[in-house]
Amino acid sequence: MLDILDLLLTTGFWAATLRMATPLIFGTLGELLCERSGVLNLGIEGIMTIGSMAGWMWVFQGGSLWGGVLVAAAVGALFGLLHSIFTVYLGLSQHVTGIGVTMLTSALSYFIFRMMLPDVTTPPKITPFAPVAVPGLSQLPVVGEALFVQSPLTWLALFLVALVGWGLYRTPLGLAVRMVGENPMAAEAQGLNVHLIRTGAVMAGSALMAVGGTFLTLSAFDAFYIGMTNGRGWICIALVVFASWRPGKALLGALLFAFFDAMQMRVQQQTVVAIPYQFYLMLPYVLSIVALIVMSRRAAYPKALLVPFRRGER
Amino acid sequence: MRLEPRENVSLTLLITGPVLAVAVALGLCSILLVWAGASVTDAYILLVKGALGSRFAISETLTRTTPLILTGLAAAVAFRAKLWNIGGEGQFYAGACAATLLGTGAISLPAYLMVPLLFIGGALAGGLLLLLPTLLKTRLNVDEVVTTLLLNFIVLLFVNWLLFGPWKDPMAMGWPQAAPIIDQGVLPELLARTRLHAGLLVAIGSAILSWVLMRYTVWGYEIRAVGANQEAARFAGIPINRTVLRTALISGGLAGFAGVAEICGLKGYLTLDLSPGFGYTGIVVAMLAGLNPLGVVLSAFFVAVVYNGADSMSRALAVSNYIADVITATALLAVLVSMLLTRYRIKLK
Amino acid sequence: MSSPPVLSLNKVTKSFGAMVANDNISLELAEGEVLALLGENGAGKTTLMNILFGHYVADSGTVTVFDRELPPGRPRAAIEAGVGMVHQHFTLADNLTVLDNIVLGTQSLWSLRLDAGRAIEKLRKLADDFGLGVDPLAHVRSLSVGERQRVEILKALYRDARILIMDEPTAVLTPPEVESLFVTLRRLIAKGLSVVFISHKLGEVMDISDRVVVLRGGRLVYTTATGATSRGALAEAMVGRTIPQPSRIQIEPGRPLLALEQVTVRAGGRKALLDGANLTLHEHEILGIAGVSGNGQNQLADLLSGMIRPDEGRVCLDGKTVQPSPMTMVRQGVGRIVEDRNDLGLIGDMTIAENLAAESYREQGFSRFGILRGVALRRHAKDLIEQFDVRCPGPDAQVRKLSGGNKQKLVLGRVLSRAPRVILAHQPTWGLDVGAAAYVYDRLLAARRRGSGVLLISEDLDELLRLCDRIQVLYQGRLSHSMLTKEVDRRELGLLMSGHGMEANSCTH
Repeated sequence: MLDILDLLLTTGFWAATLRMATPLIFGTLGELLCERSGVLNLGIEGIMTIGSMAGWMWVFQGGSLWGGVLVAAAVGALFGLLHSIFTVYLGLSQHVTGIGVTMLTSALSYFIFRMMLPDVTTPPKITPFAPVAVPGLSQLPVVGEALFVQSPLTWLALFLVALVGWGLYRTPLGLAVRMVGENPMAAEAQGLNVHLIRTGAVMAGSALMAVGGTFLTLSAFDAFYIGMTNGRGWICIALVVFASWRPGKALLGALLFAFFDAMQMRVQQQTVVAIPYQFYLMLPYVLSIVALIVMSRRAAYPKALLVPFRRGER
Repeated sequence: MRLEPRENVSLTLLITGPVLAVAVALGLCSILLVWAGASVTDAYILLVKGALGSRFAISETLTRTTPLILTGLAAAVAFRAKLWNIGGEGQFYAGACAATLLGTGAISLPAYLMVPLLFIGGALAGGLLLLLPTLLKTRLNVDEVVTTLLLNFIVLLFVNWLLFGPWKDPMAMGWPQAAPIIDQGVLPELLARTRLHAGLLVAIGSAILSWVLMRYTVWGYEIRAVGANQEAARFAGIPINRTVLRTALISGGLAGFAGVAEICGLKGYLTLDLSPGFGYTGIVVAMLAGLNPLGVVLSAFFVAVVYNGADSMSRALAVSNYIADVITATALLAVLVSMLLTRYRIKLK
Repeated sequence: MSSPPVLSLNKVTKSFGAMVANDNISLELAEGEVLALLGENGAGKTTLMNILFGHYVADSGTVTVFDRELPPGRPRAAIEAGVGMVHQHFTLADNLTVLDNIVLGTQSLWSLRLDAGRAIEKLRKLADDFGLGVDPLAHVRSLSVGERQRVEILKALYRDARILIMDEPTAVLTPPEVESLFVTLRRLIAKGLSVVFISHKLGEVMDISDRVVVLRGGRLVYTTATGATSRGALAEAMVGRTIPQPSRIQIEPGRPLLALEQVTVRAGGRKALLDGANLTLHEHEILGIAGVSGNGQNQLADLLSGMIRPDEGRVCLDGKTVQPSPMTMVRQGVGRIVEDRNDLGLIGDMTIAENLAAESYREQGFSRFGILRGVALRRHAKDLIEQFDVRCPGPDAQVRKLSGGNKQKLVLGRVLSRAPRVILAHQPTWGLDVGAAAYVYDRLLAARRRGSGVLLISEDLDELLRLCDRIQVLYQGRLSHSMLTKEVDRRELGLLMSGHGMEANSCTH
């Protein structure tokens, strides 16, 4: 017990929490945007994967780190477009299409990675983002180093939480996104193009997911591995429900989640009682299911989620 | 762009739809082949040859078809009831675990009892694994897509623990694998000097039974009604929860069958790479078949051709064998569109 | 018409598959005029207005507003030209505020700020001008139906609409609410707006309109100044033939079949949606439940369908308390005809034979040892198709492709073939044309003759007064005492439907 208390006081622990939360923040925000507009995006797992591959590959080929982030976002948006053509314009099953997009993007990531680097046995590395310190605040005792020396992508994630929150609730565009997710007919009756708004939201959301993916290869680690996303996308989908589709709560959820994940890793290293490590690794997935169970009863889904909008249909 | 419902859907359209979709998928993937520097015609010829070019190749492809039929059926039955079971992978391993638990010496019976026992055990394990998320769905309104997906990861970690821990076979030179299934539990070989085993018959039998179930039985009627319109089915007095839970047991059971078939027919013992994603590929198989259980046999065969063919093609042309995953994923998306186009026509305005 | 028209439709044609919804329709709207667009359900009124507003694209023909032709399929262009539409099914998002619903789309999507202050100011001014008060920050889900309609009208006015299209605006209103809507409309006209008023109710059309255009079967069949015509002439133009009136013979009601005793339904919420309801239905009797939808009708129908259970009170069939569930109700001989035949009464993606057996597939004749008897199912379907005159390709046809009237015949067939003792009929003629409606009336009256008790929940007073032996009014979840049909008049019912005199009556039964 004392060990755990000690742990909570180490700076490294809190830094790790924030670091581990970062891809989840991106992914959850991205999924949230899609779902707010009425589109479930189960492509998230694969889009994160292809984002992590594309960003990394760009940097590995000599591009800049921020260029890699942009490339990841663009690739994410591209597959977001694919998902919206299928689900928004053609009105196909969002479940099956999403699974299809995940399969396609994962397969493409691995295929392209293998084709571009056919001969390597150990994954090559790049120089990832260096942590950035917030001037002043990082000098604070104990918490300073933990909370205010972070990857620039982490700062970007936190900024995006505020941006998405502000955008959704304080701008006409955000209102339009919420409206097409609640009652697309109402949006159309006001002269808005439902399909375009949904497509935009899905593309933007998918870009965020892909950036979350590339955080793994450009910041958290320095290489791309097969299977590296490892279910983070699915966890984000659970987190969106947990967050009741609100950006602020999404941040909270991601942090809470990362907190348990970071704790799990430390406890695993420190405890003498031998609980097999596989059970620690299960924890994030179990926690996601628990989060879903806790929140699902009162989950207020966007009313038009999963419902395709077909103009002029009767 | 607008979609207009078609008045009448001809049978030819229904059959050519998926075929065209597959053709489109192969066409799109040839872009990747060109990028990879391979000749497209060579690649596809090698692919077909690799899968069907010899007696052995065909037997290998049929061997691979076996688990795909079963996981495909698992998805087809569940999706028909709009139970989004994406947990076929986990249920596959649950079935394999049950077979290992019962079949490595704990129980010893003559083969004609042992084999059915292992299949029943595997089906129960797979079914029960899907029952949990389904209960969460019916009782607490928890979305089953995410829970079944997450359970895949949990089950794989659990198997990982079993194989590195309590079930590790001391005779396996340190490899993480369980003890082999005893002889009475091993499925007979179907074709001499090949790996093709009686699991294929189990799979085809399951497909026929599933088809009969969906089409001619009260249970099948209920499954279809619940899937077509749950509220209307409830209104008519069809027991929704019972139907969905029953569907879960059948679907999970079929995926569990696949695990048993692989372990008792092919591998002989439980390993961590027993399934190269059969559970996920089953979704593609089911969709390609339009959720028709008999169609699943054909589409599973097609997908097996793609995988086995791509393996040998990739060796010959230095194209990564992930091309097979790309082809099947593209085929899945293409077949979705083709299914739409059989019901609607697109009008550009 | 001296001034040039503000709106004109020129030779508009639109078909859905084989059905021609609008056939070469031309009409004009003058400034300051209320034009009534009259027609039966399915005559093509809503389609025409959806083309005008750009929800649908016409196959041919043009729409001209203030001398400018509108590009097809663009609601935005219609809005900008000054057309506002109040849809029959309100296009509001329940979880957003009134303000959000109104300002949506009025600002450029790329502007960085929702200008709430100015919007509230403008709304206040509109509210004062037209007497349309509503709290801009309230969530739409908390508003009454009348208030929601006000929001819809405000939405149009907020965009400076000069032409208002109102699609069946009175369908969901109580008689006093209709009165106040008409007051609003007259104020709008006084300010120079023009209104297209879509309706199938003759009385209202005679009341509010200056001119009437009648549609039938997708064609424009009659145009006249309201002052120069009569209800009779309009009715004939609308229906195009005389429909034999259902004849109701005098029968003494028998013993009680169904009783609700102090039934309260909350359906998960805190508010009672059905509040201490009492009723008794007898053999050989049609009991009408009058009232505007949203006052507990759905809960009453759900309760008797077995879809929900009472939170308090008892539901008795033949004197025995039952716990409602769909299967129980079916087994106890309750035939259920629900309002939503498309998504609740029938399963569109299944065949006619499968739908007709949906309540009885487990029974001896239709399945044995868990195997369905396809031949029996199909024979049963063939019999009913013939008996109920369902127009369809055959028992294996998909239900979704049938017309509304034929779907309702299927529902009737399924219900009546089981010779139910109690029949729940919730808006059984909703969306049907006069001929199909008359058919439904005949069947219900025949069931009454045979001894069934029918509970008819309807918004249509004509329907109730014509069919029922007794009537009770449902208002805000409370059921009034029962009245003999021959002793009540419309005015009294109208008052009860808007809550007057309910308190005094609600305890007696």
